Amino acid sequence: MSSRRSRSSRQSGGSRITDDQINDLVAKLQQLLPEIRNRHSDKVSAAKVLQETCNYIRSLHREVDDLSERLSELLATTDNAQAAIIRSLLMQ
Amino acid sequence: MASVITNPVTNTNYDRSKRKKKKKQMVKENQQSQNQNHARWKSEAQQQIYSSKLIQALSRVSLNSPPPAPRGGRAVREAADRALAVAAKGRTRWSRAILTSRLKLKFRKQKRQRGSAAVVAAVTRSRRSKKPRVSVLKLKAKSLSTVQRKVKVLGRLVPGCRKQPLPVVLEEATDYIAALEMQVRAMSALAELMSGSGATSSSSAPPPQSPPPTSH
Repeated sequence: MSSRRSRSSRQSGGSRITDDQINDLVAKLQQLLPEIRNRHSDKVSAAKVLQETCNYIRSLHREVDDLSERLSELLATTDNAQAAIIRSLLMQ
Repeated sequence: MASVITNPVTNTNYDRSKRKKKKKQMVKENQQSQNQNHARWKSEAQQQIYSSKLIQALSRVSLNSPPPAPRGGRAVREAADRALAVAAKGRTRWSRAILTSRLKLKFRKQKRQRGSAAVVAAVTRSRRSKKPRVSVLKLKAKSLSTVQRKVKVLGRLVPGCRKQPLPVVLEEATDYIAALEMQVRAMSALAELMSGSGATSSSSAPPPQSPPPTSH
């Protein structure tokens, strides 16, 4: 009764989660990751894909944090911040 | 008369096959909508929408005047995340979780200030009960497979997916990654624009459209 299939079926309420479905979702995730996509190998294990996903999300978070730091500095230092924003709006 | 008798039989068969077709169609539609969602985050239009929402949110973020406001970078990050969640139109769990997390924080702060010890004790017991949880985690680590453990870690990274079953977490993660990539693209483009226009009067790559009049 400790098999993960019964646990997940109880959680999802009726629809049994097959291994195929899981592999499908992991394959879709694999397509999004830049590293594994370039390496051109199909036989990446699911655990590796998930590990790469976690690392990728963490790196994206860090990038967003750096960018927001930079944006906050830009907002604070430019005296005419409003004018800069309006100008960038017009540029687009 | 004979047709009246034979009709019910054929009708049930037809209904059953129709129901099967509907189910297959729904599954196909779900997959198609997912593909559309992933393509959505890559489209230029979506990035434009997000950029304008982000600019609006940033112009509302006042960094200097309110003292209790969080540090500049954090405020910008929160505004960017909220704009991203709004751009998702609430179709995904992580976007809804981002939008409701601020409300939850406000409620928790109010409850703590009122001094209801029972609530505080319950919250701390549920959230910070590390001691009894370590032994339970050790037991669980043995029965959980590698994939399960990694999916749990992933569920902690994606907002709002801590207690979701495995396929939900994977689905949310795929959409969240696409959205984060768009967020990075939009924010870096905005930073380039702002730094370019701040340093010099003309930005690095002026589009060949009518130049904006120098307004004061």
